[in-house]
Amino acid sequence: MQELVDRLVADGLVPGGIPLWACYLAAMLLFGGIVVFVFILPIAGITTWVERRVAGRIQSRIGPNRTGPAGFLQWLADGIKSVLKEDIVPSAADVPLFKLAPYVVITGFVAAFVVVPFGGPLIIADLNVGILYLTAVTALVVVGILMAGWASNNKWSLLGGIRSAAQIVSYEIPAGLSFLPVVMLAGTLSMQGIIRHQGWAPWTWHVFDNPFTFLAFFIFFVSALAEGNRTPFDLPEAESELVMGFATEYSGLRNLLFFMAEWGNLYIIGAVVTTLFLGGWQIPLALAEHPVPRTVLQFALFFAKAYFWVFVAVWLRWTLPRIRVDQMMVMCWKYLVPLAFVNLMGTAVWMVLFPAGLGGVRVLLCLCAAGLLGVFARRVVFHIRRARLTRQDLSFNPLSTARVIG
Amino acid sequence: MSLTGFEVEIQREVDGGLSTEDMTLSMGPQHPSTHGVLRFVVRADGEVMKEAIPDIGYLHRSIEKIAEKVGWHGFMPYTDRVDYVAAMFCNQGWAMAGERLAGIEVPKRSEYCRVIAAEFNRIQSHLLSVGSMAMDIGAYTPFTHALREREYINDLIEELCGARLTFNYMRIGGVAWDIPPGWREKALAYVERFEPLIDEYNALISYNKIYTERLGNVAVITAQEAIEYNLVGPNLRGSGVRYDVRRDEPYSVYPELDFDIPVGTGEMGTVGDCFDRYIVRMREMKESCKILRQCLQGLPPGPVIAKVARNFKPPAGDCYVRVESARGDMGWYVVSDGTAFPHRCKIRTGSFAAMSIIQKVSRNLMIADLIAVIASFDLVAPEIDR
Repeated sequence: MQELVDRLVADGLVPGGIPLWACYLAAMLLFGGIVVFVFILPIAGITTWVERRVAGRIQSRIGPNRTGPAGFLQWLADGIKSVLKEDIVPSAADVPLFKLAPYVVITGFVAAFVVVPFGGPLIIADLNVGILYLTAVTALVVVGILMAGWASNNKWSLLGGIRSAAQIVSYEIPAGLSFLPVVMLAGTLSMQGIIRHQGWAPWTWHVFDNPFTFLAFFIFFVSALAEGNRTPFDLPEAESELVMGFATEYSGLRNLLFFMAEWGNLYIIGAVVTTLFLGGWQIPLALAEHPVPRTVLQFALFFAKAYFWVFVAVWLRWTLPRIRVDQMMVMCWKYLVPLAFVNLMGTAVWMVLFPAGLGGVRVLLCLCAAGLLGVFARRVVFHIRRARLTRQDLSFNPLSTARVIG
Repeated sequence: MSLTGFEVEIQREVDGGLSTEDMTLSMGPQHPSTHGVLRFVVRADGEVMKEAIPDIGYLHRSIEKIAEKVGWHGFMPYTDRVDYVAAMFCNQGWAMAGERLAGIEVPKRSEYCRVIAAEFNRIQSHLLSVGSMAMDIGAYTPFTHALREREYINDLIEELCGARLTFNYMRIGGVAWDIPPGWREKALAYVERFEPLIDEYNALISYNKIYTERLGNVAVITAQEAIEYNLVGPNLRGSGVRYDVRRDEPYSVYPELDFDIPVGTGEMGTVGDCFDRYIVRMREMKESCKILRQCLQGLPPGPVIAKVARNFKPPAGDCYVRVESARGDMGWYVVSDGTAFPHRCKIRTGSFAAMSIIQKVSRNLMIADLIAVIASFDLVAPEIDR
């Protein structure tokens, strides 16, 4: 942020006479405001639209297509609807807690954006405890959900709240243990510092640094999904089991806040994964010299990378069933936590053995990942093609297309 | 706690000064995964159920009593409402009861029409069952894919008899309408299209790791228990008992047809677990395709309904007719006193029997498992209460 302001001052774009600190403060506040109102709130909404369109494609239906082009404004319509709905507070509820809970959840979610980078100079505050701060404030969401579950005075909500507490607290351990290798590599907790430690090329990314970080990446993504209550870990609001879990009794704006936090969290998951493992906003320096186009490019790249993981999460949600509570716990404590510990130790040993890293291993892991993606893409394409072949006519309708066979 | 309708005693266990209390949950009648108005009173210790007591009667509409008031022909539309997901079988049961009492010979073509309609209905019902089972486990996509296929069958049946859900297609003595021109080809084309889709469906969800983990070894019912609790249909066959009314007590033209009876093999755990009950339905759809192809290709010419008096008065006597419904052996006990109204009608349905074993198998399962168990029994609420 400072660098950008310095450059703007040097270029004479800022009127003279304003002290430098005021420029910094104004830039920070402006950017914070922009992030909250122009970025966070719409991103949560647009993600719901993306999710519904993608789900429609996956489920062989259309999805929202009435409001705006391709139903793009559906999220706005839904938001307005939710705001206008009656805000029902159950008479048996613990009213102050019930009313407070959604705000706690949304605070945890919005506060996380403070350290989420958007581009080279674009970050609200590059705290030196960045990733640690992020883990801490996202844990606030548990408090809110537990509050909602308890205050609703509804047994389904309570079960949802308990599940959520168990789940998020458990999965924070593998998540924390798998970002530690990255912190060790980068030697800093600051989000921008971690990104600066990587380069634009895939083989300089942390995920490909050594086999342990490669594994840590997957553990982190799975744990992050679990922390974000996404399928296959959407137990706290498991619709077919707990009606709507902790949000059962909520309506109107409060319900909207819960779900905004959930969908916005998806973007945070993507952004954090991109920051820690996938090179963040790093672009080849030669592409743009001036800070403004460079920042735009960096933002675009970072957003694309982060949103790809949002898409993956959506894709997973509409593909996988939900796991059971005990299976979720077994997966966390019996598999992910020990593996994450192995990763941590392994990275430490690796760093001692090869302080400068091994270029060969990096390239090999890169190729590995490319191979994995290739095999996966081939399988998907194969299935799509086979489905086309077996169906021949996707719009088959026995009433309109009578074809005589044999 | 009389709010539950049951006297569920609250257990207080004093353990080192900390008293714990079981949670009594009322699951239903309005709950997303009880498929209609079912209710379970669940006594749970956290996530682990100690007991799930089924509570039935929310959809009791006195259908059996109505039979005594509306006469033989007039009751046919009501039979649709016994099991709205698989109404053809109820039609067929009632028609066969009347025919057996009066000793009516049904024309061959109408028997074929009945089997075709019934097997389409079986696929339709199983699609809904396996689709909603996947949805209850948390995978929404298979449900929409299953319903897409079900829509086509609805279209076909609509063209056959004018209704998509409550068919009122059969009559005592035959069926109401002959197969419309061109319908046979459409139906054959559909069967050709649908059969490979079952494999696709299996690839989509059936052998998904999470799915098999959720269903394998859950709520195991041994063959012995299944017989003791009078389970029928896919629920019985899931426990490894090869019993199917279509083969063991043949009716209609089933003896002339070639088909297998799939049973549970315990491939994802133990014989008789939820997965077996699920996969048996998937395989039955394939068998139904086989039957449909044979029937559609070998459809004989002739009339579709025998001459039956409008004022139908079967001679006094009683009969018990079995039909293999989508939910298993459906029994119709009908007593005639020689008048224009049946003296008594008693319907024995598969869901009712399945409901009785839930209390036993649900002990010490997780709450999430109860959902899987309900779905695996393919309960249809109106069929339980009638």
